[in-house]
Amino acid sequence: MKRLDLKTPLQLETTLEQLHAGMQRRLVASPPGLCPVETALNYLELSRSQSCGKCVPCRIGLAAMAELLEKLLDGEGNANTVRTLEETAASVADSADCAIGVEAANAVLLSLRGFRDDYMEHAASGHCLVAKKEAVPCRALCPADVDIPGYIALIREGRNADAVRLIRKDNPFPVACAYICEHPCENHCRRKMVDDAVSIRALKRYAVEMAGEVPQPPCAPATGKKVAVIGGGPGGLTAAYFLALMGHKVTVFERRKQLGGMMRYGIPSYRFPREVLDAEIRSIVSSPSKGGRGQDAGGCGQDAGIEVRTGVDIGRDISFADIRKQHDAVFISIGAHTDKKLRIEGEESEGVISAVALLRGIGDGEYPDFTGKRVVVVGGGNVAMDCTRSAVRLGAAKVTCAYRRRIEDMTAQREEVEGAIAEGAEVMQLAAPLKVEADANGKVAAFWVKPQIIGEFDKGGRPAPKDSAAEPVRIPCDIIIVAIGQGIDSKPFEAAGIPCGRGGWIKADDSTEIPGCEGVFAGGDVVTGPATVIKAIAAGKVAAANIDAFLGFHHEIKSDVQLPLPRFADLTAHGRVNPEERPADERKKDFACMECPYSDEAAAEEAARCLRCDCFGFGNFKGGRIEKW
Amino acid sequence: MVSFTINGKALQAEEGTTILQAAVTAGIQIPHLCYLKEINEIAACRLCVVEIEGVNRLAPACNTPVAEGMVVHTETPRVMAARKTNLQLILARHRTSCTTCIRNGNCTLQTLSKQFNLRDIPYDVKPERNAASDACPIVRDASKCVQCMRCVQVCDKMQTIGIWDAVGSGSRSVVDTYDRRPIVETACTFCGQCVTHCPTGALTARDDTDKVLAALANPEVTTVIQVAPAVRAAWCEEFGLDMDVATVGRMVAALKALGFNYVFDTNFAADLTIMEEASELIERIKHHNSHPWPMFTSCCPDWVRFLKTQYPEFTENLSTAKSPQQMFGAVAKSYFAERSSIDPHKMFVVSVMPCSAKKAECELEPLRDACGDPDVDVVLTTREFCRMLAMQSVNPANLEDAPFDSPLGSSSGAGVIFGTTGGVMEAALRSAYYFITGKNPDADAFAPYRPVPGKAWQESSVEVPGVGAVRFAVVSGLGNTRKLMEALKHGEVAYDFVEIMACPGGCAGGGGQPIHDGQELAAYRGKKLWKLDSESKVRFSHENSDINTLYADYLGAPLSEKAHHLLHTDHNAWKANR
Repeated sequence: MKRLDLKTPLQLETTLEQLHAGMQRRLVASPPGLCPVETALNYLELSRSQSCGKCVPCRIGLAAMAELLEKLLDGEGNANTVRTLEETAASVADSADCAIGVEAANAVLLSLRGFRDDYMEHAASGHCLVAKKEAVPCRALCPADVDIPGYIALIREGRNADAVRLIRKDNPFPVACAYICEHPCENHCRRKMVDDAVSIRALKRYAVEMAGEVPQPPCAPATGKKVAVIGGGPGGLTAAYFLALMGHKVTVFERRKQLGGMMRYGIPSYRFPREVLDAEIRSIVSSPSKGGRGQDAGGCGQDAGIEVRTGVDIGRDISFADIRKQHDAVFISIGAHTDKKLRIEGEESEGVISAVALLRGIGDGEYPDFTGKRVVVVGGGNVAMDCTRSAVRLGAAKVTCAYRRRIEDMTAQREEVEGAIAEGAEVMQLAAPLKVEADANGKVAAFWVKPQIIGEFDKGGRPAPKDSAAEPVRIPCDIIIVAIGQGIDSKPFEAAGIPCGRGGWIKADDSTEIPGCEGVFAGGDVVTGPATVIKAIAAGKVAAANIDAFLGFHHEIKSDVQLPLPRFADLTAHGRVNPEERPADERKKDFACMECPYSDEAAAEEAARCLRCDCFGFGNFKGGRIEKW
Repeated sequence: MVSFTINGKALQAEEGTTILQAAVTAGIQIPHLCYLKEINEIAACRLCVVEIEGVNRLAPACNTPVAEGMVVHTETPRVMAARKTNLQLILARHRTSCTTCIRNGNCTLQTLSKQFNLRDIPYDVKPERNAASDACPIVRDASKCVQCMRCVQVCDKMQTIGIWDAVGSGSRSVVDTYDRRPIVETACTFCGQCVTHCPTGALTARDDTDKVLAALANPEVTTVIQVAPAVRAAWCEEFGLDMDVATVGRMVAALKALGFNYVFDTNFAADLTIMEEASELIERIKHHNSHPWPMFTSCCPDWVRFLKTQYPEFTENLSTAKSPQQMFGAVAKSYFAERSSIDPHKMFVVSVMPCSAKKAECELEPLRDACGDPDVDVVLTTREFCRMLAMQSVNPANLEDAPFDSPLGSSSGAGVIFGTTGGVMEAALRSAYYFITGKNPDADAFAPYRPVPGKAWQESSVEVPGVGAVRFAVVSGLGNTRKLMEALKHGEVAYDFVEIMACPGGCAGGGGQPIHDGQELAAYRGKKLWKLDSESKVRFSHENSDINTLYADYLGAPLSEKAHHLLHTDHNAWKANR
């Protein structure tokens, strides 16, 4: 008689695994804007099916909670229903025997406490307060509302210049975003329900490269209004671009030698080649006097367009009050360019440099020589990875990235971390900065870290590290690059009466208006703290619209690009075509672009994967396309 | 051009043509429910799915363009199975109550169920709760809604008001008004285009036949009925009769068969409207600087409500002349009551209108000028009129022609064209020309200015001796109207006189007219009205002898104090929801 059997997976289990995998992708691709009550019910239903049925709270409690949620959704509930639901969930979470019941109840509590107003609205009127039908998930998640299915359809037809034109309706930086956008658009791509998200950014890169130089649209007749834009980064230049298109006269004040902001002074050229950035900025700021903009119809008059003044420091070279006086409106988009300190012993030693300083220098073409040096980069974000990979390219003998949490807790994008490792950098996880050891000359000799052990989740939902019992570790090194975040220097503005909050963040609202400062707008990192290029672009776009309105106009920005008809297609699963990178051994030797463009074949395959949510599903009924803004 | 085959038939069509359009052109029927040409091509019902060779899913015919080499099959077992399932699913959320449904016999869902030979629904039937209210002329029974979204699109795209929306989430998505307000609290103009484009009985115009039957049954009440111009071009459709058979005289006979004491013609009041409105236009031209321009016609209550909710700053531009319906009521309960020694409080005035908004118009508080009671008591749509004929077993085919009663039954050709876009303008121009010059223009002098389909609005200018150029514009459909209003607002155009009708094609395509799913009959009906005009002995409102008698005996002259009291109104005297 057999005493034991091997656990050979049954057909049933294999099918279940497939279903689970599909459900996981589906959850990730959940469209934005769902009713929180209905979502809570659906998650609860899923959880219920997992209950083993032994214990009362889980077996009956989850069912009772589902019934209460149904009542609310069917308009048969009231305030008591919500109260009973909350009390039940709290009791189940408190008294269930295992995670199946506890976590199901916690999810309901999280939803109820996060969306209490909506639950109460369901109780009062039977309707949802927040549900909003989003037809096109990628566009809904793009901060700048770029018409993504539209331009992918154009790419598929080989109309790359039209794709660039269509993108520019919402975002004057198609090239920058083709290289370095964090592509939030891909996060909830409906294609994930079938297989995986469309590689939107890579397709855009293909389009901008194939399109070459695309003439800018003509400007509206000059309005005679003057707008100052302080800060020539993505946010400021976006505002300047659209305001110039609307016929306003824009002056961009930039503190550094060159325009581009963090796209130049924060992002190394192996991710975004300088000559490409320069060309895009030239296209944006070109004015008719330089023979640029408006080849097809007129172009800006003498009193419209963009004037650029670099090397101007507000507060030192010109006061904010003077700028305000000389212009009808002002947009502040100075970004977040100051460094943050580790606040540990020895930090002032020679050889400790900030990430901001390193990348800023590289931005102006000043490449330090790290040949033979041992480098430690401190931090776990994208900037830390930029420094790590730059240090490799600067010739360092050894680069170690020390991070106090685990690799999977890093905020840096996964491919950045993997790329750094492939290029030979070492990522040392669970290593909290302890002190900098200097030699007799005050030069860096080593970086000491305290080994950590991962612990409970913090308030932000990430597991927090804590000191482990292990002894401190000494990492011998010559250079330490501190990449633990950036700050904002808004003092000259605060002094001029612009309300600033903790950390120097300017207090502007979602319209980019600054309450109490008529005619002054702000957006980008200076308002949100360090974020992304596309968020800054969105702020510039919003600012342009609201400044135009403030100046008493209603210029509409639209595109005359005619979109191709959608093609009806099967939903056959098809792998995502990922763009290739140059081999690690080769690319780590230079600052040339590391990502290879799509071949025609790859672009065609990938473009065909787009489901055209603008034309299928809710998109052909409502919200498929935003024609103008 | 692309070449393709449908059901083995080799066909060609312009690029961009949908499979459905191509099939219809080739005489191949494909069932469909939500589809409404150029307005609702959202493939929501999935009843038009077809099989395309080489594609593993079924494709909707209504919005899939044909492509070179495409091979389409419209009636494979797989297609038929999917269509059947989808129809059964639709019916699982529809309160099927055909015997008591107003659309019984004229319902696309019913037709499709019969066509599909459905014998059961394998699902629990759970219609949305019905919270229908008869507080306004538009009644919505949610339990019959199939969420085809036609009403949403008609209101958004055709009329640009956006009363209807898709609300709620997931499988609880439903159609309701924006903000889920009761219809009566929205900016709805009650035009009824959503009703005439609804494939089921979910959207209807309120049925007021009971009130009329009660009045007819009361021996103490004198019943008076007026019938609007556009009704005569459409009522016959409900009986499948051609207009050669369903003459105006036969319509009068049918109305008399219902038992009304007096059968009169709204065309009479249309002539009266022209007398007042043309005089008002001339008066405004004389005192040009005391009036905002242009002057707008005021005979369409949906338009008046639209203006009051969307462009209230233009309210003073409206002619103060009442609509023909309301002029008729005011004259019936004053002049006619006195002449005939009838107590106006015991007179019951009914209108038959091609319109649902007229039901709300007659209820407006200020429109009680004759005796303090509402000047018009009840409005029936063309459809209700036909329903009453059916109820009383009147078969129009068996009736002899009968004349309208006197004196409110006579009319000119200028009166009958009130029922179609451009008609009010032309009728007014015919008389205004005469009032200014003392000479009649040629009755067909303005024919070249009649609206042509495909343009948002029609503009022209007429040289009137002594006045100069009178610039006028004609527009129908509230979407087109909005375009015109925006152009006016932004100073892109300027006119002296603008005729506006809220329904596309004018009253001939009104929300109270017979419903034929998938057909737009306004232009066809309008042609009948222009034909009646051209066949009229009298072509000018000012030559209607009964109108002249009315002025001579009772009103004095156009714009007299008495005329003002009975025939004009203050558009600011009531509030419209915004």
